[in-house]
Amino acid sequence: MIEHLIPILAGTLGAAVPLIFAGLGELVAERTGVINLGVEGMMLVGAIAGFAAAAESGYGVTAGLPAGALAGAATAMIFGFFALSLAANQAACGLALTIFGIGLSAFIGQHYVAYSLPGLKPIAIPLLSDIPLLGPILFKQDWVVYLSFLAFAGIAWTLAKTRLGLLLKAIGESPESAHAIGYPVISIRFGAVAFGGAMAGIAGAYLSTVYTPLWVQNMSAGRGWIAVALVVFASWKPARLMLGAYLFGAVTILQFHAQGLGIMVPVQFLAALPYVATIVVLVVISRDRRVLQNNLPASLGKPFLP
Amino acid sequence: MSHTVPRLELIGITKRYPTIVANEDVSLTVLPGEIHAVLGENGAGKSTLMKIIYGAVKADAGTVLLDGHEVNIANPAQARRLGIGMVFQHFSLFETLTVAENIALVLDEPFDLPALATRVKEVSEHYGLPLDPNRMVHSLSVGERQRVEIVRCLLQKPKLLILDEPTSVLTPQAVVKLFETLRQLASEGVSILYISHKLHEIQSLCDHATILRNGKVTGKAVPREETPGSLARMMIGRELPVCEAPIYEGEHRPVLTVEGLTLEPTSPFGTALKDISLTVNAGEILGIAGISGNGQAELLLALSGEVTVEKETIRLDGKPIGHLNSGQRRNRGIVYVPEERLGRGAVPPLSLSHNALLTAHRQGMKNWGLVRYGKARDYADECVNRFDVRGADASTNARSLSGGNLQKFIVGREIMLKPEVMIVAQPTWGVDVGASAILRQALLDLSRTGVAILVVSEELEELFEIADRIAVLAQGRLSPAQPRAELNAEKVGLQMAGLFDHADDGRTAASMELNNASA
Repeated sequence: MIEHLIPILAGTLGAAVPLIFAGLGELVAERTGVINLGVEGMMLVGAIAGFAAAAESGYGVTAGLPAGALAGAATAMIFGFFALSLAANQAACGLALTIFGIGLSAFIGQHYVAYSLPGLKPIAIPLLSDIPLLGPILFKQDWVVYLSFLAFAGIAWTLAKTRLGLLLKAIGESPESAHAIGYPVISIRFGAVAFGGAMAGIAGAYLSTVYTPLWVQNMSAGRGWIAVALVVFASWKPARLMLGAYLFGAVTILQFHAQGLGIMVPVQFLAALPYVATIVVLVVISRDRRVLQNNLPASLGKPFLP
Repeated sequence: MSHTVPRLELIGITKRYPTIVANEDVSLTVLPGEIHAVLGENGAGKSTLMKIIYGAVKADAGTVLLDGHEVNIANPAQARRLGIGMVFQHFSLFETLTVAENIALVLDEPFDLPALATRVKEVSEHYGLPLDPNRMVHSLSVGERQRVEIVRCLLQKPKLLILDEPTSVLTPQAVVKLFETLRQLASEGVSILYISHKLHEIQSLCDHATILRNGKVTGKAVPREETPGSLARMMIGRELPVCEAPIYEGEHRPVLTVEGLTLEPTSPFGTALKDISLTVNAGEILGIAGISGNGQAELLLALSGEVTVEKETIRLDGKPIGHLNSGQRRNRGIVYVPEERLGRGAVPPLSLSHNALLTAHRQGMKNWGLVRYGKARDYADECVNRFDVRGADASTNARSLSGGNLQKFIVGREIMLKPEVMIVAQPTWGVDVGASAILRQALLDLSRTGVAILVVSEELEELFEIADRIAVLAQGRLSPAQPRAELNAEKVGLQMAGLFDHADDGRTAASMELNNASA
């Protein structure tokens, strides 16, 4: 039994990586009061940019992830220009960005449809990977998985313990007050949106250069939307977001195994399962309206011009 | 000539906006350790002038000298570095952060919350403004929030402190306490610019006053040597208008009664109403005093019908109406003038005749479901004429009216509905003295025709002018209403802190706060 469980749990960590990056990035942006529904689009642009960089440069993932991050951040700047500089409706700008990202990535991706990349080999961390049970699950992973641990720790710590984290939360609650005491609200929101874009780009690049690793049109398959939903149902808390991401990852891997075992359930149903399971569980744990309201950035989605 | 270099000197400050001149050739001088009043009505240009000093607005012309040196203040952060602190009328605080976190965000120093918390405690106690640095701001009373703002300024060791209408949110006792703090600061050499339109406060606190009217300086005075009348003449250009309260000769009978109203707040930071009972009689004005945030919003929602309650809790002429929504209550003769004029009292982009239609459609403005626009226009025109709404007719957009004129229209619209009960929230908030007098007189006249009126107001002077009986809403509880003649500002102030005879479990917290305020 255990020997079946270990590969499932180990696979979970990898399957959760795109959601972790995209979700944490969106969480930071939403903390400042900006809701960017363009995550799916930014992921796809990051995915194709990462794939192209990895394929063309010959440096593989090492070139792919930074390229994905840059492309994601650049895409986010389009959103920033309309939603922040011009104070346009954030929901509409985000939706438009997603549609744009799907189209742009498909267009660029035409050249890369036949390619495939080598992907990444797991790195076993000495000593830690020898721990029974946990070792092979947690410490025999590719380096991007380790990076996702670091990203979580870094963001959780920054939000909870630093002046920057406090400032992001303050701006999300009242951009008017932050402006009154002299903070450049628009610039800081731009920074947060760019960070969200870079993280979504990394998420996309991981999908195309490590997880699959090949380019398929529209390959993020709704993970960007799940990331947006995760942020809300996680009540803007990084730890809960991780929980949601791993749940999604676990169900994704489980349903692959279920398909492999030939369980008599339509494939489409199994493929939909991770999405359904994640949403249902998160809705249940976040149904306390008070918690949700206390953590909700009060200015979320409201345009602000100084 | 004095040898002291002025702390602040303004020379010829001018600021024009597309439609108005906010400041024209304004000059004033503040010495170190001086408490200087800037006196003027709403819209006189006080706030613009202060924002220029604080770097939030850029002047078109004029010079600002700080300690004798010309300065060009580009933004609030630079103003703070120069030693200028400002306490805004609308607080710039973050409700979901603690006191210490709020303060940390404005200080240019390494981020160390525990050390800062200690300093906040020290400074706040030194100036008699006790604060718990670890409390969340949303759990603080408005007076405590103002302390946070002041302590936040003080930690930056300001040379010049600007306070914009600081007492509008304070109980009378807290005002006394604040003045002591300000005098202590002045004795330590801090210059204070004190913005207000309240004459008695300026007379008791300030050394000098500069009076503004329509953006221009209309006088400089030593307030203690003036009378309220002479200050008012400089401020509004004529005598202070006085309201007359005729004696009601009709039948005294209870019209609107509330019994045992308990209500959970609708928003997470709202106040719960606890067992509220009140009666409004025909021909009288019942005033509800107290500082906003003590359940005012919730009480008004329940009375207007925007939130419905138990059927029997609210009665009109003895008939239960608690379950009726606001439209149904209006059908029965209860009208409501909300606090927010633009957005709730009137629809900003619509004309006055369309705005008249919103509540007056019951006056035969519909015919088989079709609107009779002629009737609506006549109604709006009549309202404009009867209630002296200036610079407007039925086709004017509500948005383009000044606060006072729009309020005259809204109150007039409701009065013309010939109501049985009128509920009014903050009738003269942000309204100039002249329009305030017209509005108060209109409410008094209406009540003497036998209408029962309930006025919720933060302005104590206003309630003492028009209300026949006054009750105080504090922490979601309502004190028993007492005739105005038996009350004074001090008694009402104690009740605002939650100290009234019926208070039981609310008492300890309230008396602690009062002790803090007077410690």
